[in-house]
Amino acid sequence: MRIAVTGMGIISAIGTSLEENLYHLKYGVTGITRSENLSTRHNGLLFGEVKFSNEHLARLLGLPADNNFSRTAMLGAYAAQQALENAAVKDINHSRTGLISASSVSGMDMTEKYLYDFKESAEHRKYIDSHHTGNVTHQIAGYIGVKGLVTTISTACSSSANAIMMGANLIRTGRLDRVVVGGTDALAKFTVNGFNSLMILTDGYNRPFDANRKGLNLGEGAAYLVLESETLLKKEDRPVLAYLAGYGNANDAYHQTASSETGEGAFLAMEKALALAGLEPGAISYVNAHGTATVNNDLSEARALERIFGNQMPDISSTKPFTGHTLAAAGSIEAIYSILAMKHQLVFPNLNFQTPMEEVAIQPQQTLKEKKIDFALSNSFGFGGNCSTLIFSKK
Amino acid sequence: MSKVYINAGAAISAQATFDGGFLENAVINRQDVFLPAIEPDYKAFISPVASRRMSKAVKMAIIASAQALNESGVSVPDAIITGTGAGCIIDSEKFLKAIIDNDEQFLTPTSFIQSTHNTVGAQIALGLNCKGYNFTYVNGAVSFESALLDAIMQIELQQANNVLVGGVDEMTPYFLELQQMIGHAKSDIATVGSVQSEGAGFFVLANTPTESTYAAIEDVTLYNKLSIAELPSFITGFLRKHHLEPSQIDLVVAGNNGDVFDDYYDKAAHLFRNYAITVQYKQLTGEYFTVSAFALWLASRIIKEQHIPEILKPHAVKHKAIKNVLIYNQYRGLDHSLILLKRV
Repeated sequence: MRIAVTGMGIISAIGTSLEENLYHLKYGVTGITRSENLSTRHNGLLFGEVKFSNEHLARLLGLPADNNFSRTAMLGAYAAQQALENAAVKDINHSRTGLISASSVSGMDMTEKYLYDFKESAEHRKYIDSHHTGNVTHQIAGYIGVKGLVTTISTACSSSANAIMMGANLIRTGRLDRVVVGGTDALAKFTVNGFNSLMILTDGYNRPFDANRKGLNLGEGAAYLVLESETLLKKEDRPVLAYLAGYGNANDAYHQTASSETGEGAFLAMEKALALAGLEPGAISYVNAHGTATVNNDLSEARALERIFGNQMPDISSTKPFTGHTLAAAGSIEAIYSILAMKHQLVFPNLNFQTPMEEVAIQPQQTLKEKKIDFALSNSFGFGGNCSTLIFSKK
Repeated sequence: MSKVYINAGAAISAQATFDGGFLENAVINRQDVFLPAIEPDYKAFISPVASRRMSKAVKMAIIASAQALNESGVSVPDAIITGTGAGCIIDSEKFLKAIIDNDEQFLTPTSFIQSTHNTVGAQIALGLNCKGYNFTYVNGAVSFESALLDAIMQIELQQANNVLVGGVDEMTPYFLELQQMIGHAKSDIATVGSVQSEGAGFFVLANTPTESTYAAIEDVTLYNKLSIAELPSFITGFLRKHHLEPSQIDLVVAGNNGDVFDDYYDKAAHLFRNYAITVQYKQLTGEYFTVSAFALWLASRIIKEQHIPEILKPHAVKHKAIKNVLIYNQYRGLDHSLILLKRV
């Protein structure tokens, strides 16, 4: 049973459409800037921010004035709707369609504004219920009109890669014909301060795989893919953008937030994905790395990549210098970038890289490179040792 | 595709469900609006040093999962799948209040690290050194059912021979107050909403039955939003997929919680009125997002022991053999789920 990708929708710091995102990736234009919409004491930091205010997003979505969408839900609804339009799905509930969404921060952007006001006045209490991760998904399902199997995955920064896997399994076991999968996270004081207290935010631009990397820039965004069974596609002829060829999840079981020195979880996730795809490592011609630019992640991931690929290393880049680390949305945003890389036969550059790490031989691709890409691999790792790998194929 | 068996289960709830008994001394709640979970003696499972750092959800989950694994004879499962509706709210609240109260200054990362929704699944994996598949579902009242569905698929797709799967939710006073403000939770026993609670239920599912097997788990299904009129066809459609008619169901475990959405359960009970016994359980456990894990524990034991605890019987019913059991749950008209169990 092959799983086809027939639609993609995205909103990130480098654009509110597939075309805008592709343009920035091709021409090496970053979306990392100072924040315009986020109110935080740490306003000297740089972020991968979507430059739409909440009011603007609500207008674009046509939400009523008394809506209780968090920013996370609005970004998600925007990208999920775009994915369905991209797939040109007409009657969404004509076939068994589900939604598997992912988020980590969920409605926290509103809760952190109104936590103490809730008691004093009833005005903002509408956001109490929309705080829940599951309710963000309900709002997105309601917006795009999915009735049926709807659920949410939250495994920190690998969440939306895992949502893609869950969706694929629902199709493989014959439970669904079509599933909208992806993730959404908005910038919030909660995560800015969380990562800041862990001392893994850079004070400049993030530099994945560089010896002098200082940490990540937080980002926000949402991305969704439409997955469909081949049986459904025989009935409803739609162009296939790519196939999900393999996927794997494993746990590093090393530390709640840090990755192991050997990259064991990442190694196992890539190994499982290759096995499910029935591929040798040599078949992969592009890796979109997790590459957050933290000291710990990049070394651990590099070691895992070296264990998988040996001295046959494919071209590698992290696209987080464009978008920042979009947490639960990163897996699906980068899944789309991997598919765009295959579609346009391009390796996107790993910006800001200067000095190779001493510990490993790995060097990311620094400029745009034209290349035959039949299989692209995307990594996403999260707190709790959660390691996920997706492999997409052109045919 | 492989059949899936429930080979072990353990529950922590507002009743003494962790001591091996089967609700012999259970008490029906008539006055409290919040029922705290009866916590086991953690010392037998977790060192006091480790215990101090763990939230209630993590502790309940670690102990319930340890007991389930022990019963199943599996030491390290192939996969760990967790459901939690509200997540680690004790630590989330702690970190959020620290941010606001200190104007984003002087923060330490501990509670942020532990606020992540997958903390429970990660802590279990760390404790067992389990490098397998590890997913966490967070979708209100179908969080546990989503985890269960994934566990069944892992076995069906032969990605795992056995899976540790569970649901857990904890409560904080402020979170309860927020739920009361919007009428979802009762402020006193006479007001609208439901009685809130907390708990954990963990199970070992496997592709092969053992001596400890409780039941076969046929399938789970979810539906985000249904009208009462749509409910009967949702239920009969699911049964038909498994070649069953309503008349073949022997027991229905229904999630009535006393709020205005109980009409859904009445509609479901009506469908089975001539065939099955319907039991309710939230008068014992209260309501929380992953309370279906308790319902699964309950249904599994009823099937295995062919005995319905006295306290759950609506009247002195004499029941025939209990072969097919359906668990139905929803919360506030959303997140409908059906779990179908069969006697082995």
